[in-house]
Amino acid sequence: MSLEALAAAQQFGAELHLPVFAAVLGHGVEPVAQALANYDIQKIHAIDHELLAAYTPDGYTIALKQLIESHRAGYVVFPHTYQVRDFAPKLATALDRVLIGDVIGHRVDDGALVLVRQLFQGKINADLRFEGEPPYFASIQAGAFRADSLRSGTAKVETITPDLKAEQIRTKPLELFRESQRAVNLGAAEIIVSVGRGIKEAANIPIVQKLADALGAELAGSRPVCDTGWLPMERQVGSSGQTVAPKLYLAVGISGAIQHLVGMKGSKTIVAINKDPEAPIFEVADYGIVGDLFEVVPALIEALNEG
Amino acid sequence: MKIVVAIKQVPSRDSQLRIGGAAATWIEEGDLAYEINEPDAYALESGLQLKEKLTGEVVVLCAGPERASQTIREALAKGADRAIHIETDQPGSSDPLALARMMAKALASEKPDLILTGLQSDDLGYGQTGVILAEVMGLPHASIVMNVEAAGSGIKVKRELEDGWFQHVKMPLPALLTIQSGATKLRYATLMGIKKAKTKEVRRVPAAELAAPAQPSITLDRIYMPEKTKQSQIFDGTAKEAAAKLVDKLRFEARVL
Repeated sequence: MSLEALAAAQQFGAELHLPVFAAVLGHGVEPVAQALANYDIQKIHAIDHELLAAYTPDGYTIALKQLIESHRAGYVVFPHTYQVRDFAPKLATALDRVLIGDVIGHRVDDGALVLVRQLFQGKINADLRFEGEPPYFASIQAGAFRADSLRSGTAKVETITPDLKAEQIRTKPLELFRESQRAVNLGAAEIIVSVGRGIKEAANIPIVQKLADALGAELAGSRPVCDTGWLPMERQVGSSGQTVAPKLYLAVGISGAIQHLVGMKGSKTIVAINKDPEAPIFEVADYGIVGDLFEVVPALIEALNEG
Repeated sequence: MKIVVAIKQVPSRDSQLRIGGAAATWIEEGDLAYEINEPDAYALESGLQLKEKLTGEVVVLCAGPERASQTIREALAKGADRAIHIETDQPGSSDPLALARMMAKALASEKPDLILTGLQSDDLGYGQTGVILAEVMGLPHASIVMNVEAAGSGIKVKRELEDGWFQHVKMPLPALLTIQSGATKLRYATLMGIKKAKTKEVRRVPAAELAAPAQPSITLDRIYMPEKTKQSQIFDGTAKEAAAKLVDKLRFEARVL
């Protein structure tokens, strides 16, 4: 996703006639920075400090603020990851600015960048603009720009040591952990039947399980379905679960919030079954049925068995 | 422990939204039903559970028009002790930094130990107001929090990361946390709670008293229905007819069966 953000920056830079710089944060980041050396970038700033070894919002904000101020950056572009969501609004606030997050598109209008993001869980799009003086902050949603569109070139790495003290970092990150063993590898499934809030209650899960069985598919679910325990967490598709790209993905009773779409929109063929014709899932669907899943799913099982 | 829970009233999840007016900068609000923003309901639940464990007070903070009173009453009925209502007609029109500054000012006399809010709103979905409020108030924060527990003089929280990973983070108080949905079960208001809520204090603060109009850092130009990225084929008819057509297409057009 960082490469996609870099692709976005190259595109903004080309259209706004601005040079593009990259910044990499952490401790011992030289190899990561060098990995960008073959792209068309003016310079790569490797911001290196032992206090940046583990991510903290204070550490990242202080270090990046120093770079942005000394560099007088015009636009600061991030990938829209959970980590960026955690510190980028703080960084923008520290510079008296507001981040435009979760960007899915852009255009340049009269020399100004107009960014597109979704409202109401993907039901509505909005065009936003920056006001006042730069720096302007934006974070880019997964899949909005293509990493394979990156222009190549040569870039030099410059290592910077930010002015950072241990007492400035107020939170103490502990170990990373996972709760469930990944017994189910949804990524390997050829067909996935995925179920959302529309299924209403746990007692209805067998209805979609039967559909999955008829198709020889794995059963998966959206976040609310896994949160409530109707399906185990390891069957969750979306930004906090697994990312899948099967040849056939059937979304049953899933409205299609962006957090879900990023986890499945790479699927070859997408089928949506939903009672709401305006549900965002229909925007990515190849085939759709607007209707009550409790009628459509049994009919579908019957049609499959007839063939 | 004094806990402030910042909540927002949003159109209910199953609303059919229409773009309003010629300017097309907001939705048609007339016939919409409203409810508490779902992640904020989980923030409130976390706050109430912490109060039960550690004793103290839960204060609800809500910026919104008159109709938000209903959502505030519901939070009081669930067990919040009192509320602060920042009266503003269009919380959508100000940027999240301006809103956070108003909230910080409204909280100036409160000195909470902990501020909780949902990780994002179901309407604008910026997912930033909590983090911004922490920075405005000079507090440490953690976002996308699943669980909170006391740890010495501070707290230990469980943060959700991507791809099934989690992380514990220790932090001092006062602090601000943005709460993830679904980590706990939501309570219902009891009859007694609903009755009690009617007498609980709601401090109303007009937005104009908190902030002079300032130039926003970002503006919402216009809103519109998304264009379809794919040309989808929608099958009509009875469930049986639509299902038969779909299976036919999957077999002979997409050839995925």
